[in-house]
Amino acid sequence: MTDRHSPLNRIHVAAGASFTDFAGWQMPVRYSSDLAEHHAVRTAAGIFDLSHMGEIFVVGPEASDALDYALAGKLSATTVGQAKYSMLLDRSGGIIDDVVVYRTGDDRFMVVANASNREVVAAELLERTSPFECEVFDESDELALIAVQGPRSREILVATDGFAIEGSHPDGRDVGEKLGELKYYRALSGSFRTQPVLIARTGYTGEDGFELYVSPDHAEELWNALTEAGTPLGLVPAGLASRDTLRLEAGMPLYGHELGTETFPVQAGLGRVVATATKGDFVGREAVEAGPAPDARTLVGLVADGKRAARADYEIFASDDSTDAIGVVTSGALSPTLGIPIAMAYVDASFATPDTVVSIDIRGKRLSYRVTSLPFYRAKKD
Amino acid sequence: MATENELQYTSEHEWVLVEGTTATVGITAYAAEKLGDVVFVDLPDVGTSLANGSIVGEIESTKSVGELFAPVDGTVLEKNSAVEDTPELVNSDPLGEGWLIKIEFTELPPLLSFDEYTALLGE
Repeated sequence: MTDRHSPLNRIHVAAGASFTDFAGWQMPVRYSSDLAEHHAVRTAAGIFDLSHMGEIFVVGPEASDALDYALAGKLSATTVGQAKYSMLLDRSGGIIDDVVVYRTGDDRFMVVANASNREVVAAELLERTSPFECEVFDESDELALIAVQGPRSREILVATDGFAIEGSHPDGRDVGEKLGELKYYRALSGSFRTQPVLIARTGYTGEDGFELYVSPDHAEELWNALTEAGTPLGLVPAGLASRDTLRLEAGMPLYGHELGTETFPVQAGLGRVVATATKGDFVGREAVEAGPAPDARTLVGLVADGKRAARADYEIFASDDSTDAIGVVTSGALSPTLGIPIAMAYVDASFATPDTVVSIDIRGKRLSYRVTSLPFYRAKKD
Repeated sequence: MATENELQYTSEHEWVLVEGTTATVGITAYAAEKLGDVVFVDLPDVGTSLANGSIVGEIESTKSVGELFAPVDGTVLEKNSAVEDTPELVNSDPLGEGWLIKIEFTELPPLLSFDEYTALLGE
């Protein structure tokens, strides 16, 4: 597979980014310091290139019914401008992908999929929606995605010249007000200079922030304008390394780590995402209703003292001298914000109660971790 | 502090400064850059005997874990406690203040020159 490059690649190279392969894409892993980028998002703001994400549109008079059948959530209950976190389940109740769905019109939805799952999500949506009067378009190559995340995000968007929002004053004087009023998990159709932009108050960092969907041809211009306005306010470019530690602190699952086809949503603490009670048939319904095996593992947060971080795939034991694993770490790092090791892990249900002490094999040395509720970090509300 | 040319290297991305029978060991700028921000360093205690090629310590970043390999047979003379307290020295000055351990050795195995190491990176 040839490496794919983001439409913002030139900017990343000029900024001195280090790159990593992510689902076949060469994406910035960090620009200078992943810790500095992490802290900037917690205290001011960071700008991320997420153009590798997949955007698949489902459009037509029966689009909402089609998505009610294809996805775990009840998309027909959303209103225009609303975003909803959802999942594409398989017939066995496993998770093919977790997605954010934006309702951008009465008969129009944008399903945002993880880069690694773009093809399978597009193919499944096409197949699952075929009995309905709607069409599926994979527009992933026609859209770039820029996220501005952090407590100063709104200020930065307001300070950026060239935004207009549907229904706002032509001179842009009320853009700030409209952005301020935009609630979490809501989106606005707007424009940047002459280009349409979908402005969503969504993100994956545990901070306030916006995600901006724009044509690849205008992504550089938008990135540069945001950077110019944001730099004096503390905005820094941030790579995927900081994005991962930010989402981990916020207790947000990552596909391939906390979520996968072997996992039922309820095991990940996401049973609420599946609308079994409020809608009709959907793919995976029967399996979800039957539920996972009674002894299925469940997702927990873990914390420890010291600095040694448990990493993905490390085994978890009931005590330092036991040798039968009772769980496995799915993500772990030394938390940049909290200064202690944190991890997400699947453990046997009997070990999932907060304050249960477990033992993790960290490359041959055992270390005690304590079960805690998620998230590890919650942003202060102003 | 020695220049890049005066140091010798291993294929595990470590540098070795040989002075008499003492080898000072650290990781290269390339390795530090690949690791990302170093947040924890675990070094062997003074007096530990080391076998060439064995894993004797760890350098952890937010994203990953790097292993410290002993580049020679010998005994730990000194470890850099400044780096244990301030792991970011590995990033800010990998060839200087970010040194890791000093080893007393009797025999020096073949190591790479700067040019050989650079050629290795180019592959």
